[in-house]
This record gives sequence, structure tokens and C-alpha cells, in this order.
Amino acid sequence: MHAFLGFVRKEFRHILRDRRTLLILFGMPVAQLVLFGFVIRNEVNDVTLLIADPSQDAMTQALTHRLLASRYVDGVAYQTHLDGIEAAFRQGLAREALLFEPGFAERLQREGLARVQVIADATDPNVANTILAYTTAIIQSYEQDLAATTAVSPGIVPNVRMRFNPELRSVYLFVPGLIALVLMLVCALMTSITITREKEVGTMEVLLVSPLRPVPIIVGKVVPYVVLSFIIVLVILGLARTVFGVPIRGSVGLLLAECLLFILCALALGILISTRTSSQQVATMIALAGLLMPTVLLSGFIFPISSMPAPLQALSHLIPARWFLAILRGIMIKGLGLADLWTETLALAGMTGLFLIASIRSFHDRL
Amino acid sequence: MAGILVHDLCKSFGAVQAVDRVRFRVAPGELFGLIGPDGAGKTTLLRMLVTLLTPDGGSATVDGLDVVRDYRALRTRLGYMPGRFSLYQDLTVEENLAFFASVFGTTVEAGYDLIAPIYRQIEPFKTRRAGALSGGMKQKLALSCALIHRPRVLMLDEPTTGVDAVSRREFWDVLARLKAGGLTIVVSTPYMDEARRCDRVALMQGGRLLGVDTPAALEAAYDRPLLAVRAAARYDVLQALRQFPHARSVYAFGEALHYTDARPSVDPAEIRAYLAGRGYPDATVEPIRAGIEDVFMARMAAPPPPPTASPT
Repeated sequence: MHAFLGFVRKEFRHILRDRRTLLILFGMPVAQLVLFGFVIRNEVNDVTLLIADPSQDAMTQALTHRLLASRYVDGVAYQTHLDGIEAAFRQGLAREALLFEPGFAERLQREGLARVQVIADATDPNVANTILAYTTAIIQSYEQDLAATTAVSPGIVPNVRMRFNPELRSVYLFVPGLIALVLMLVCALMTSITITREKEVGTMEVLLVSPLRPVPIIVGKVVPYVVLSFIIVLVILGLARTVFGVPIRGSVGLLLAECLLFILCALALGILISTRTSSQQVATMIALAGLLMPTVLLSGFIFPISSMPAPLQALSHLIPARWFLAILRGIMIKGLGLADLWTETLALAGMTGLFLIASIRSFHDRL
Repeated sequence: MAGILVHDLCKSFGAVQAVDRVRFRVAPGELFGLIGPDGAGKTTLLRMLVTLLTPDGGSATVDGLDVVRDYRALRTRLGYMPGRFSLYQDLTVEENLAFFASVFGTTVEAGYDLIAPIYRQIEPFKTRRAGALSGGMKQKLALSCALIHRPRVLMLDEPTTGVDAVSRREFWDVLARLKAGGLTIVVSTPYMDEARRCDRVALMQGGRLLGVDTPAALEAAYDRPLLAVRAAARYDVLQALRQFPHARSVYAFGEALHYTDARPSVDPAEIRAYLAGRGYPDATVEPIRAGIEDVFMARMAAPPPPPTASPT
């Protein structure tokens, strides 16, 4: 026990002395959170809108006002003819155009159906999608208001509804992903580096010749990183909560427990990498290419799993972050409990167990 | 009588036979040197003795414990200093020492008297990070860390490589003092001149032992006449000597050239005359006693002695 505590103390010293790495570990999640929260938004809020309104009736005016009042529109060009739209798009003067048909209100009242054409600049398809979703939502809400006040039921617009995140706020999406990413980075990457560093520098030789057994060495390596990553989780959650207003609708205790499970999983992976490699560089490459990339690309963090091709969807089952993300989003955004999330939890726990066994087995107490 | 017993130890890495049927014995309290150039197999041999590598064949016991079967028990009795500086550069001098003490379940205080002669020299810098120490101080710290748990056997892999001449001499003084305290010490080195500081040495080359004995006995066993040749144009003279019909070997040793003749005896005057005829009248030729390096060169060129030739 004396030896083990000495080991843990030494590990803490390594971490605390390496100011630069420590700064990156704490600065990175905060920077990413700010980046994802403020800069890289899925929501769009600077759309220049072109409204072509040959009809100029009460209804087109009312709809125009609603669009103007919405957060995503930044500038508006208003015209009463349908010409020059193509040119406005080409010159980047408009990212979205709304074309009312002539006699809009009249047709709507008489035939119960009026057409409005919505065109979006699809240079960035994600942005276009989002813009279209905003617009149809506004049109739809106007329609509903109309239906409530008039006898005629007006024309139907495709029904796009966003549950839980009606404004499509990307922070909701990114915070859980960010937690998974940071934990992977801190736990898997840092542990694999710290063990391979001892091999590279030669201190592992001395450690192995000492009476310390593999398990205390591994656990001693891991304890400081568990503490460190747990603090980082708390920082991210706190920031997400206070600055970005991301809710935690489910149990906080359960959330933290699941985080701990994922931390263990990532640590086990990190140890596994370090036992199979002998240089910090190789360990870093494997951790980045083998863990971070799949975590970003295949976990549903950025790209929805449902829109992946079938083989990639199958592959995503092997990514721990996929299960962890489902758990996090379930607890934070949907307010689910363990009863709803036990399959995901079981999958994650199973993987963690496998990795732990594999990593302890492949840690040799000789060179 | 425990000490170290090495019996036909073998280790290969792929096609490379790093250690080939090595056998020798080290008495308790002996300072034993493994001498050979880089790639001779010294590190592999030491790593097998400190239980870091398992041998492919043969067996070895250290302090009465088998290096394979009893490796756990053996590790508590070993002090080991690997070839590379293997301390934590980001920890201070005293933190490194305290860490290694704790790993062996002891404290700095408990082992202090053993390391005191060495550690006292670096103690003024105990709050300095190990990475900021000079080469000689790093080595003293590494030795202190290897000794803090009072091992019964100390194994050092090329401790003096890359260390300045003064620190090297100091280091050997320290080893002599530790030996006097009863510690069994095995030290490897590529420096032939350090052989004299050992009780006995094993000459190693290409994974095999070329001979094991006291330095004096090894030198005395050198049976060929040896001449030291000095001249201003050293390299040209070396070439000229190699063209001499009776030349057996010519090597550059520091400032001089060491010449051996293929015949049982040689007159220095003959060589002087030959060199004068070749246009080097300034060359001096004088007979000298063989050093370990001469022994090493001679044995390297000759076929290795049969394994049974190892003394016990």
C-alpha cells in the first residue's frame, strides 16, 4: 500500500508539473465548447432573405412580418416582381428566397390552397436544410393561426417537427459529444502516452525490476487521470449548464456514474494501446486514428448514425462513444432513467470489462 | 556461497544470437566486469540476470534464486541501473529517491547510510529536477536510487558511458567502496581501461565470452611479443606496418600503434629499420606489456575458446 501510494503521488506530480499539457487538457474542452456553442452552430442566424411578393395582400404581409421577426433572418430585400432572383443568389445577395404566387390571399381563401416557393442556397446543404426547416416552421405556425381564426382550412405544408430541441440548438447535440471526445482524449490518449513514456525513457525497466506488480502499476497510473477527467466532466457540464443553458433533465447522479463508466472504458483502451506499443509517437497515432476519429465520426457526435450506410452503422456498434452518447443525450436532453438506458449501459459496461481484462493480460512484467 | 551462477545462457532475437552459451560465476562480494564493444550482448545478458528477459536456454541463479522461477523474490534483492538514464526527469532529486524507496517498501531514512557517501554529493541539489542535473550527478542519483533498498546484488549496465573522465574515476571509487561493504556487483562497460578496476572480468564479443579471469591473469596470458610504434605520420605508418610481411596485427591504441608479429619473437630494431626504409625514420619502436585491449583484440581474432575453459 505504501508502494502504491508512492506511485500515485509520483503520477500526480508528473501531471501537475507538465503545465502545458495540463493547460491543454483543461483549455481544450472549454475552447471546444465555446467553439461548438457559439461558432460552429447548426442553427443559422444571418440569412439574407429575398421576398418576392407580387400579391401584396394582408396575408403575404403578415407572413413577411413573421419571417422578419424571426431570429434567423438578418437582412431582407423586398420586391414585388419575380425577376432577378437567380442573379441575387449568384451574387450572394440572398441565401433564401420566398416567392409568393400572385393573388396569394385570394386563392387561399377561395380554394383553400396557395403556393409559396421557398428556395435556399444549398452551397452548404446543412445550412440550407436548417433554413428550410425554419421557414416551413414559420409558415406552418402562421397556417395554424389562420386555421384558428377562419372557417376555411388553408393549404398544407410538410409537417416538420423537432421534439426536445425545436430550435435545433446545436449545443444540445454537441455537449454530450464533447464530453465523450474529451474523456477519450484525456483517458485513452494520456494514459497510453504516460505508460509508453516510461518505456521510452527507460524507467519502465527499473519499475519492472522492482517488486511492484502490474496491477498496482496500472491502477497507480490510472487514478490521477480518473480524478482529472472527472473534474473536466464537471467543468464541461457546469459550462454547458450556465453559459449555454443545456438542461440536465434526468438524474445527475446517474449521469456522473455513466461518465465514470465511460472513463474506465477509455482508460482501459489507453492501457491496451500502451501495452502493445513502445513509443509515445506510435501510441499517439493509434489513439488519434483508432479512437478519436471513430469517436468523432462514427458515434453520432457530428454525423447522425441513421444517415450512415449500413456497414458503417454496423461498425458504429463497436464504438464505445456511440453507446455513451446515447446515454448522455437520453439523460440530459430527454430526461431518461436507467430503466430506459440499460441496454446502452450494458453494452458499455461489457466493452469496458473486455478492455480491462485484455489490457491487464497484455501487460507483461518483463521486457 | 550464493553469488551469481550463469550456466550456458542463450538468448536470440530472430536470427541474431545475442547471447550464446555464456557461463561464468561471480563470487559473493566480488566486483565483476562484463567487457565488450557495443553489440557484444552485455545488455541482453544483464537483462536476463535482472529477470527482465527470459533466457532461451541455459539457466542462471542470482543470490541463490533462479532468474526465471524465483523472479519475484529475486527482484526485491536486486539493484539495477539500466544503460539509459532511467529516472524521472520532471521529479526532483529527493522525489526520485523517495519514490524508489517507496516502491521497494522502504524509506530514504532506512537506506540512507548505504547511499550517504554518494548521495551527500548531490544532496545540495535535492530540490532540483533530475533533468537539470549534470551527467555525473544524474549517475550518482541513479546509483542512489538503485541502492536505496539495500540490494544484495547490484547490476549496472554501462554506467560510465557518456560520463567525463573525472566522474568515471569517482564512480569506480564508489563501486570499490560498495564492494568493500560486501555487495556483489556486476558492471558492464565498453571501456577496456576500466577492466583494471574489477576483481575479475569477462571479455564478451558477438554474444560469446572470449575469456573470464582477473585482469592481471588475462594480461599475463598474452604470449606474443607486443611492440608500441610511435611516429608523426601515424596513419601512413599503420598502413606501412600492415604491409610488413611478418605483421600479424596492427591496431591504433591512443597515440601509439600496437604491433604483433607472426613469428614467435621479434627484434624492435628490425621494425625500426623497415619503417626507416619506407620513409619514416622518426618512428620509435619499443616492446610493451599487453593491456586488456590487446588481449581482447587477440582473442577476438582467434577462434573462441571452448566453453569449458571458463574458470570457476
